[in-house]
Amino acid sequence: MTTTDIKKEILDILEVIAPDEDLTNLDDAVNFRDQLELDSMDFLDIVMELRKRHRVQVPEDDYIQLASMNSTVAFLEPLMKDIVKA
Amino acid sequence: MYDTIIIGAGMSGLAAGIRLAYFDQRVCILEKHTTIGGLNSFYRMRGRDYDVGLHALTNVTPKGTKRGPLARLLKQLRISRDDFQISPQLGSDIVFPGVRLHFSNDFERLRSEIAREFPKQIDNFDRLVTQIAEYDDLDETHQAISARERLSELISDPLLVEMFFCPLMFYGSAREHDMDWGQFSIMFRSIFMEGLGRPYAGVRLILKHLVRKFRGLGGELKLRTGVKQIQVENGHVSGVLLENGEQLQARRVLSSAGWPETMRMCDDGQPVVSRATGRLSFCETIAALDVQPQELGHRSTITFYNDSEEFTWTKPDQPCDVRSGVICSPNNFDYGDALLGEGTMRITALANFDFWNGLDERNYELEKLRWYDRITDSAVRFVPDYRHRVLDTDMFTPTTVVRFTGHEGGAIYGTPEKQFDGRTHLDNLFICGTDQGFVGIIGSIVSGIGMANMHCLRD
Repeated sequence: MTTTDIKKEILDILEVIAPDEDLTNLDDAVNFRDQLELDSMDFLDIVMELRKRHRVQVPEDDYIQLASMNSTVAFLEPLMKDIVKA
Repeated sequence: MYDTIIIGAGMSGLAAGIRLAYFDQRVCILEKHTTIGGLNSFYRMRGRDYDVGLHALTNVTPKGTKRGPLARLLKQLRISRDDFQISPQLGSDIVFPGVRLHFSNDFERLRSEIAREFPKQIDNFDRLVTQIAEYDDLDETHQAISARERLSELISDPLLVEMFFCPLMFYGSAREHDMDWGQFSIMFRSIFMEGLGRPYAGVRLILKHLVRKFRGLGGELKLRTGVKQIQVENGHVSGVLLENGEQLQARRVLSSAGWPETMRMCDDGQPVVSRATGRLSFCETIAALDVQPQELGHRSTITFYNDSEEFTWTKPDQPCDVRSGVICSPNNFDYGDALLGEGTMRITALANFDFWNGLDERNYELEKLRWYDRITDSAVRFVPDYRHRVLDTDMFTPTTVVRFTGHEGGAIYGTPEKQFDGRTHLDNLFICGTDQGFVGIIGSIVSGIGMANMHCLRD
């Protein structure tokens, strides 16, 4: 997956876990928490969806990397680059 | 081999099951009773549908609200708010001698009622509300504080204190005489600051969605399947032995059967840390009417009443305590254009389990009739008299609660001492539901989700 694919996938996950949020104007550089109504359970769900969809394991200590879109994509890129886009 | 076996197909077990099945676990829910729902269930009798448990959903915030327990659980279960078809209450009342406080899903309404009835307390009330709003429900350190002590520091009119305790205790205090401050704050927000609502079709609609979701994700549900033993090897649960003799293996067990009930199922020979079973149980009368309650002048959704200035929350010496109660009319929600049909009135009152449990079948039926009348006679002091419009009646007692929930002593809200982290003495046995600490439909679902997330998903 390219970084563009990964970003698209994260947006898709956010749409599933927070269907009431408007994601069209999401600023990739700003923390999700400052733009969206996400709690710790939602962050767990981003991790769980990644595992469910792509078998990607994010250790609990690395949850902090999922703060913004940019940091998430940067963190996931090495883990997901070999995944073939479905 | 299951990843997780869940004991009990009530709200918490079903919610936990959905979470785990969604994330591809092999999950099986074992339910002892013939139907799902636990305390919040439903039945059909002589051609009419009745709900057990549910009067109303709490935490009903307006559609689109992104915060709060209702929004959180819908997100977590990937269920759309529209699926639950929640209609808001018309408005409810707390009635004590000479004082009536009306409240609705608009919190300002309660505030203005207090300003009118208790003008000297309004600043104190605002301070109370600030403290409640600040209470962090993820921080357990406040839980053990006495709500009575806290309230008496803030509110100087004891009558107003009692008028807060009456509805909040009826809707969720497993503890006699008092509540934990944390529980008080959570319930206050759920009922007064968020609000009440109900699907037109009642609790069965919610259960139907939960079960459909669970099964659609590949979850297994076995009814009439009681667990006889939780099997333990070297301090670790290996599986369960069913009442029908079958053995099931699991990597972990999540039990909503209640703390003492779950401990007793463990066969490891460890002395079970003694924890008192709850003493508080209910009788509830149900009347089907040939008229809508509103046509009799009754518009209140829920009426909490008490016939003296002091509210008593303890196991009664009598079969039922008719001095206080909760009157619910499921018709009095804002269903829009839905056809309303016959009317229904339900009255809940504290009851003594030992009395009801000790009766033989014939006397049980007689006492049900006797106490149906006594409870109703007491309640119609606070709402329009509907006794001449009754088509059919039923009544549940503490022994009915045992049949639906398996809780010893018919303890409606479980044990007074909760296990907030859901952990037990075994590293792969956890509890959820009533004895984990959250009550009500929303609370139970949140409990199931929380315990599934915390203990069953992270490996």
